[in-house]
Amino acid sequence: MIEVKDLHKSFGNTHILKGITTSFEKGKTSLVIGQSGSGKTVFLKCLLGLFDYEEGAISYDGKIFGNLNSDEKRNIRSKIGMVFQGSALFDSMTIAENVMFPLRMFTKQSKSEMEDRVNFVLKRVNLENAHHKMPSEASGGMQKRVAIARAIVNKPKYLFCDEPNSGLDPKTAIVIDNLIQEITDEYNITTVINSHDMNSVMEIGEKIVFLKNGHKAWEGSKDTIFKTDNDAVTNFVYSSELFKKVRKMYLEENQ
Amino acid sequence: MTYLHNIGAYFIMVKDMFRKPTKWSVMKGLILKDIDDLIIGSFGIVAFISFFVGGVVTIQTALNISNPLIPKYLVGFATRQSVILEFAPTFISIIMAGKVGSFITSSIGTMRVTEQIDALEVMGINAINYLVFPKFVALMLYPFVISIAMFLGILGGMAACIYGGFSTLDDYITGIQLDFMPFHITYAFIKTIVFAFLLATIPSFYGFFMKGGALEVGKASTTAFVWTSVAIILLNYIITQLLLS
Repeated sequence: MIEVKDLHKSFGNTHILKGITTSFEKGKTSLVIGQSGSGKTVFLKCLLGLFDYEEGAISYDGKIFGNLNSDEKRNIRSKIGMVFQGSALFDSMTIAENVMFPLRMFTKQSKSEMEDRVNFVLKRVNLENAHHKMPSEASGGMQKRVAIARAIVNKPKYLFCDEPNSGLDPKTAIVIDNLIQEITDEYNITTVINSHDMNSVMEIGEKIVFLKNGHKAWEGSKDTIFKTDNDAVTNFVYSSELFKKVRKMYLEENQ
Repeated sequence: MTYLHNIGAYFIMVKDMFRKPTKWSVMKGLILKDIDDLIIGSFGIVAFISFFVGGVVTIQTALNISNPLIPKYLVGFATRQSVILEFAPTFISIIMAGKVGSFITSSIGTMRVTEQIDALEVMGINAINYLVFPKFVALMLYPFVISIAMFLGILGGMAACIYGGFSTLDDYITGIQLDFMPFHITYAFIKTIVFAFLLATIPSFYGFFMKGGALEVGKASTTAFVWTSVAIILLNYIITQLLLS
């Protein structure tokens, strides 16, 4: 479980995160949503320890990250899997080498054990025949799946995804969403996804945190988001005619 | 203030390069790859430039010695001194700041732009050690490149001297053996090691801490080349003053 208390972050005189308090439970897929510039990526990078913050606390399973020494921080980070917006695959390595990388860095497994694990996770993300391809030879959807395989290969306790669907067609985006959901259930991990894809919100948002101008404007789930009368959420989530109709139908069905 | 900040950040990066070392089994492969990219990959251009610049140094020297009282073997002597003391260690290093330096800055800078460095840091890996230390180790083999530059520079001078008809082979060989001081070789290699350190770290610094997109990668490569050259020229002056004066 990840808990965030009163998180503040500024860049110079610009106050980006203004006292965010929330928590992300184990075994659940949580989504952080909001408009571009609402502070989602900064929030995620604070969670990951890539940005320092001025005030507040982030704790991983009860351990406050900011109070840990460098070895303890390293230990927590070795349990984190991250899927970056641009996949961030190492372009000098093949797909199999990319996926094997965390194992080579953090485990003492033999080469055959590592190969077995890589084969298993690549099969899990439906990429069993792509071992020897370079990342530049893979499509956007394949790169995202490789990034997911690399993130889960070392059996992480926490999985973070920064806009995993950006740049993907709707069908591939659904495949990626379902894959993340299945992996979260299968490994019972804490998953946090940054997204502004409303399909993801409706499909897999077991917990949804809505950010607006650096504040937490609302939190709930994919079920309660249909019922909320919070203006900020409804203006953002139901900005398209399609989603307005979907909401109307949902509310009519559940009256 | 920006300059002071950058100098401070550079020294902190150098310190961090030795902290939290990457597993040897991984580091070994990175070092071998960087030796291939930075050292072996530079042999061709260094050999070509050294041979022909050595020849030009000989021709210029020979053409400027018009006094018949000056012995012909001084052409070989002047070529040796120029090549060993300055051309091979200093000017090849400036060329390498362009070739190797821009390669280092652009490869690390591209990793920054595409979030590959963030990926390393999220995993808890010391990205500076992972990326910069192998380049530092690889460039500790840089004196071999400079040895080859020295040899080929003198050989190029010999070829130009004989085929240009400026002096005989015997005169040239007498010249390159004249008043040979082994300390000059030591001095040249001390400079080379210092320049190798600069070549590994300054371009890495500009690549690692760059901000922006693809355009900024190009700008960072240019800035890295300029500052590596400035640092080489300044330290060349200081080392020469300390060791030879």
